[in-house]
Amino acid sequence: MMTRLANPARFMRVSGTMLPWLGGLTVVVLALGLVWALLLAPPDYQQGESVRIMFIHVPAAIMAEGVYYFIALASFVALIWRHPLADVAAQAAAPIGAAFTFVCLTTGSLWGRPMWGTWWVWDARLTSVLVLFFLYLGYVALVNAFDDASRGARAGSILALVGVVDLPIIKFSVNWWNTLHQPASILRAGGPMIDVSMLIPLLVMALGFGLLFGTLLLLRMRTALNERKTRALRLYAVEQPRAQGAAAGLPAARAASR
Amino acid sequence: MNALSTWLDMGGYAAFVWSAYGIAALVLGGIAVNSWHRYRSSSETLARLQKQTGVRE
Repeated sequence: MMTRLANPARFMRVSGTMLPWLGGLTVVVLALGLVWALLLAPPDYQQGESVRIMFIHVPAAIMAEGVYYFIALASFVALIWRHPLADVAAQAAAPIGAAFTFVCLTTGSLWGRPMWGTWWVWDARLTSVLVLFFLYLGYVALVNAFDDASRGARAGSILALVGVVDLPIIKFSVNWWNTLHQPASILRAGGPMIDVSMLIPLLVMALGFGLLFGTLLLLRMRTALNERKTRALRLYAVEQPRAQGAAAGLPAARAASR
Repeated sequence: MNALSTWLDMGGYAAFVWSAYGIAALVLGGIAVNSWHRYRSSSETLARLQKQTGVRE
């Protein structure tokens, strides 16, 4: 399926049909998740109402890592098989991943202040997520730093793949080092430690964030392909009258004014 | 306190909880609106150019 969709024209057709449905579903799931997180979920017996920050902090953290895995995979495909859409996908995803990482860091800070008594500590978990945020920014900056777009894409792909080492560090930082951040409570041996009344809204919000990523990814990929076509057409519009003019023995300027 | 102001107070954590939700709405809503506007304008530019040049694909 990915191979067939790697054809830009087919991608435009399929994504154009999917986009309104995906966008609508995103709005519905996020609305449901927000009502659940802010109204229906119970307060925590220790953290009180401040636990509601979890319903955006944890999904944002999942997406911060998930989007980076997506970019690394797309970069790998771009480097090895040169699929025409792989670079487009990776570059469209990067700003969305940076946004999720920023939300993860700021909501974590706002949760840490009342619960830990500090906005920030340089423990392994927080620092490795901050590194992830800079990886996103570095990727975007590097891709746009070249006049030749294909060289920028190549350099970006290599950076994205090297940066993957940060992801297991984030995941296992809470086990390897003595961090202020708590260890995993969902994906752990022995099953989730979190009560169902909070786990379900958490998963609904995570699904909503995932759908939001899908919607924005398609939107931004379609934008990039539109812009690419526009550039090609502009070039064509400049070249075409000149070629016709040369064939008819006319100066290019006169031919272009017709 | 009535039910609404109790809820808005968030057990005394109002500043933290609402700031967190506000930042998330601002950042994620912002990138959504920006992506949509860029998509609309790129579609319009392309359609105009396709009409001018008579080239479809």
